[in-house]
Amino acid sequence: MTWKQRLGSAIPYILLTILTIPVFVGYLWIIISTFSGRTYGLVPVDSQGNFGGLTLENWSFLWEDPNIWFVTLNTLLLSVLLTVGVVIISALAGYALSRISFPGRKTFLAGTLILHAFPSVTLLISIYFVLRWISNLPVLGKGLPIIGGFGYNTVGGVALVMVSLSLPLGIWLMKGFFDNVSWDMERAALIDGCSRLRVWWEIMLPSIKPGIAALSIFTFITGWGAFLIPYTFITDQEKSTLAAYLNSLMGETAPVNYSRVAAVGLFQLIPVLFFFIFTQEYLLSIFSGGSKGGT
Amino acid sequence: MKVLLENLSKHFGSVVAVDGVTLDIRDSEFVAFLGPSGCGKTTTLLMVAGIYKPTTGIVKFDERVVNHLAPRDRKIGMVFQSYALYPHMTVYQNLTFPMRLSKVPKSEMEARAKEAADILGIGALMDRRPGQLSGGQQQRVALGRALAKQPDLLLFDEPLSNLDARLRLSMRGEIKRLQMELGITSIYVTHDQVEAMTMADRIAVIREGKLQAYATSDELYDQPRTLFIAGFVGNPPMNLIEVEVLQEGDSYRARRNGFDLQLSEARGHKAAGRGKVILGIRPEDVSIGDRGLRGEVYVVEPLGRDDLLDVHVGDASVHVLADPSLHLKIGDQVQLGLNVDKVQFFDPESEQSLLWA
Repeated sequence: MTWKQRLGSAIPYILLTILTIPVFVGYLWIIISTFSGRTYGLVPVDSQGNFGGLTLENWSFLWEDPNIWFVTLNTLLLSVLLTVGVVIISALAGYALSRISFPGRKTFLAGTLILHAFPSVTLLISIYFVLRWISNLPVLGKGLPIIGGFGYNTVGGVALVMVSLSLPLGIWLMKGFFDNVSWDMERAALIDGCSRLRVWWEIMLPSIKPGIAALSIFTFITGWGAFLIPYTFITDQEKSTLAAYLNSLMGETAPVNYSRVAAVGLFQLIPVLFFFIFTQEYLLSIFSGGSKGGT
Repeated sequence: MKVLLENLSKHFGSVVAVDGVTLDIRDSEFVAFLGPSGCGKTTTLLMVAGIYKPTTGIVKFDERVVNHLAPRDRKIGMVFQSYALYPHMTVYQNLTFPMRLSKVPKSEMEARAKEAADILGIGALMDRRPGQLSGGQQQRVALGRALAKQPDLLLFDEPLSNLDARLRLSMRGEIKRLQMELGITSIYVTHDQVEAMTMADRIAVIREGKLQAYATSDELYDQPRTLFIAGFVGNPPMNLIEVEVLQEGDSYRARRNGFDLQLSEARGHKAAGRGKVILGIRPEDVSIGDRGLRGEVYVVEPLGRDDLLDVHVGDASVHVLADPSLHLKIGDQVQLGLNVDKVQFFDPESEQSLLWA
């Protein structure tokens, strides 16, 4: 290899490195600042401005504030509810839209796409009224154990809203994956004795496992980082989700302790990071396997 | 089981995929649907399977109308071009899946799966998954799955198209032998006329959704009823030459520029006096000799057993199967003898045969 060829093959790496540096520095700053009283750039400093001042003080919320564990469990609950809801509904709807022709199918597909384009902020007020109405329903509103219910100021209610907002993407993704399963296989199963529902369960779902895995991971991460909806529809910020808890640290009255914010942020990041490392190859299949094919 | 299709049609929107097909299939008969791709043969098969609902017309199994019967209630086995094996199941699970759904007892299920696997020589592969098998093995598993459920009717949708030529040849014979031994009524869809002719008892030639002919392979070959069949059946295909047939006293002659052929009276008089007609003659019915039409060798394609020659007679091109030992070269002058008892005549407008209409 001549030096020209070497340079040629090195250019993508150089470019990628340059582009990654800001992100990398950002994460580095978070990690360093969680263990220091204050920082000067990336250097931890003590009150005199000399190198030092390393401390675990910023992590004290883990043992001093019981709310953090409550909030973490809440976030987990929300993510699981969101994932289960989105995957089940998308897998059913995606199959129907991919395989069955019925009146209004194209309109429905186009409609979901438009809904997906809507910023959810615009819907906040109307959703508030819907949730208030659900709250008035007996039991379902706010009388259920664990999730509280599906009304205003409950984890279930937030999950309900987030499921509906995530469905357009999920349905299109699942439809894309189902589109790639050969018709012959489905026909073979129908001839071999399956009902349509059984084809879905025994033949189609196992064939799109990577798609289901990808959608689950993607949705779970969305739920884990959710801020706007839980922040809006759960009144007690300290008891809603991690993202809202993080926000509550940045009050308007007291000076913000950014090192603590960084520590909570890192705490929220760790599970996602591990999750991501082990599942990234499934996530890639969203772009390679799914969302292909038209209406 | 007998199968009867009566005036069967299928429309997709404004597209007519199958147009009024009527045919009957006898018990234990092996029937091929033959036609170019997109002619509606697979659509017809899928209507027999119950996957598509006919737009009009009736499908009958024995005396029973099955139009509204779901595929799973029709007792059919089907083999697909893409094999359509279930990738997440082992070979054994694939073979027994239909039986599991119809709640066959486990011991019988195992026995039937083993029997099918033994017949097809896939007994050693039972624990593998389809992804670990070669194309030929997958095809055997697909066939085994269709056989193990003991269907009344077997449907084949171009099952050999994805196999290499050699394997296709051996599977062809195997499917034919199995079908005869088991005596299961079968429909075999193919675009390969050799497959259809070698395997089927009767062949339904379909073109643009319409049934062109339904006959034995000999009849299709020797008495093609339309120009389409004449050109589609047989390899290398029949020569089709536009001529004018003239009666001169008792003799009939087919003529065009540089082409003059004495015909037999039986065939000649049906084509005479009609202006331009199309003369058909198969390459194997043309011989190189020292009498007959004069022509010049234009192309030589050695096929091993024969040489396929393209000989220009006047401005017409005639394909001839010739003995390679003649060592003919491009540019050689030859004389062609046409077997006048094998010539066909077609009307250029209606494309119908003038001999067998």
